[in-house]
Amino acid sequence: MKIIVSIKQVPDTSGKVAVNPDGTLNRASMQTITNPDDMNALEAALKVKDATGCKVIVVTMGPAPAAGMLREALAMGADEAYLVSAREFGGSDTYATSQILAAAINTIGVEKDDVVMCGRQAIDGDTAQVGPQIAEKLHLPQVTYAADIQKDGDTITVKRMLEDGYMTIKVQTPCLITCIKELNEPRYMSVGGVFEAYSKPLTTFDYNSLKDDPLIDATTIGLKGSPTNIFKSFTPPQKGAGQMLEGADKATCEKLAGILVSKHII
Amino acid sequence: MDFHLTNEQQMLRKMYREFAENEVKPLAEEIDEEERFPMETVEKMAKLGMMGIYFPKEYGGAGGDVLSYAMAVEELAKVCGTTAVIVSAHTSLCCAPIFENGTEEQKKKYLPDLLSGRKIGAFGLTEPNAGTDASGQQTTAVLEGDHYVLNGSKCFITNGNVADTFVVFAMTDKSKGNHGISAFIVEKSFPGFSTGKHEKKMGIRGSSTCDLIFEDCIVPKENLLGREGKGFKIAMQTLDGGRIGIAAQALGLGEGAVNEAIKYTQERVQFGRRLSQFQNTQFQLADMHTRMQAAQYLVYAAAMKKQNHEDYSMDASMAKLFAAEAASDVTRRAVQLFGGYGYTREYPVERMMRDAKITEIYEGTSEVQRMVISSRLGVK
Repeated sequence: MKIIVSIKQVPDTSGKVAVNPDGTLNRASMQTITNPDDMNALEAALKVKDATGCKVIVVTMGPAPAAGMLREALAMGADEAYLVSAREFGGSDTYATSQILAAAINTIGVEKDDVVMCGRQAIDGDTAQVGPQIAEKLHLPQVTYAADIQKDGDTITVKRMLEDGYMTIKVQTPCLITCIKELNEPRYMSVGGVFEAYSKPLTTFDYNSLKDDPLIDATTIGLKGSPTNIFKSFTPPQKGAGQMLEGADKATCEKLAGILVSKHII
Repeated sequence: MDFHLTNEQQMLRKMYREFAENEVKPLAEEIDEEERFPMETVEKMAKLGMMGIYFPKEYGGAGGDVLSYAMAVEELAKVCGTTAVIVSAHTSLCCAPIFENGTEEQKKKYLPDLLSGRKIGAFGLTEPNAGTDASGQQTTAVLEGDHYVLNGSKCFITNGNVADTFVVFAMTDKSKGNHGISAFIVEKSFPGFSTGKHEKKMGIRGSSTCDLIFEDCIVPKENLLGREGKGFKIAMQTLDGGRIGIAAQALGLGEGAVNEAIKYTQERVQFGRRLSQFQNTQFQLADMHTRMQAAQYLVYAAAMKKQNHEDYSMDASMAKLFAAEAASDVTRRAVQLFGGYGYTREYPVERMMRDAKITEIYEGTSEVQRMVISSRLGVK
């Protein structure tokens, strides 16, 4: 069994977000991190590895410096890494990106026992589209918003966290799961892991490595193959802190009910 | 000297920094206030391989290098002097002498538990009447059949109350002076061993510091570390390495204070201007940063020389002397830049100033470092 985790290097939005005049992100001027939800996906995979000894493979599409992020994933405990990087892939939107990543995952190979894991969404684009699109293109069943994952043989039970509640479903491998931050607390790299990271295999897939895959077609990859046009990029306004009531007494409960009634929620 | 960090060292610095910020910094004030040993942090560091950074994997170490270890102590000290010295004393004063002087049996018996952090190590050299003059050891060890019997006491032992394994020094032949001192590996469970009072300290208040008491303590003969009479040499060699750890602790404390002072002076407004806009602040911070940068070069140079098996004794002394005095000076200046707020426990700089002072004292006072350096220069 192996788990392929798709991860992405994103600008660290805890600092200042820089936007180019054309509305796209000015990535060069910002610090980068591994997308937080992807870290949860990687941690979920590493937990399965801790329990079963399975292999964990990380894959990313991005420019050459993204290899640094892959090495960090190897230092956390992943076994192999793939960097999908080529000029032809540049400018891809979610449709084209998932096309290329699906081809890369196809080339690595998805077998009966395998699982593909992704973060729910990346903090730069916030689309939550790449994971599900990879699943569609690989014809894999997909489970999104995983807040808990239990594996039993070839059956995986996933607790999905939705806006208004939880949904627990079972899925057979091979499948694709997108993960949310409630799933786990990502581990740190370990000292021993760092010293092993540079001796683990990191393979680069360029255009020639993937061009024979049926999913790779000049009209469906890169800027030309991307149907999305960016209208505007902006940092979403912070949500309000909300109102917290403390106490389990009757008066507090009545106050809570009163607020909910006044807002026509109940 | 090439100070270009390897890819691994750069990645480790990032990991140490994230760990220190997320796991160590939030506890720093509390463990200082409550004088509480942060066992939960030690357990986390153990899982990450931080309790055996530069030792080979075959003994349970992380397979790293001495500079990577110094950087860990530095990054921890930036946010918590206590946590930094726990790692430093464990690594430099207990793991290192066993690794460097132990028999294969001793290494296989003790290192896996120590390097994995399942057990904590400590070092017992100082006695009430043998501090800077370490040769005045009064603890004795007498060979009786298959074991030594130790009698005496040690004081100011870092990690004393929490350690399982101790490297302890005792006189096996008083008539030979320094050449009559021997080193032993002592387990806390050995009959006749106990720990004494916990010292209430000015700084590094979360670290455990106590007396060790030996009352007819039975130590198996095979726990003699090195040969009989070689203890003083082992102690001095161990302290050379320990000084890199303490120098790194001082370095981190000073750097941490500079970071805090930069942040604070950019926010605090007086006379209608941010403190950072006053030239006095700018010059103070420039001097503080320069001193710590110079300290970093000395500490890293000593660590790299140890890693390369070069003679690093004078380098370690210079690094500790300079870094400790720089840390005391820089943390004191940081408190001054904070003004009245700096003197309160609401901000971390007063703690850093208290923590920094000990780096001028333990593992060889600044005066001892000057003795080592001048003697290496042949100045008599």
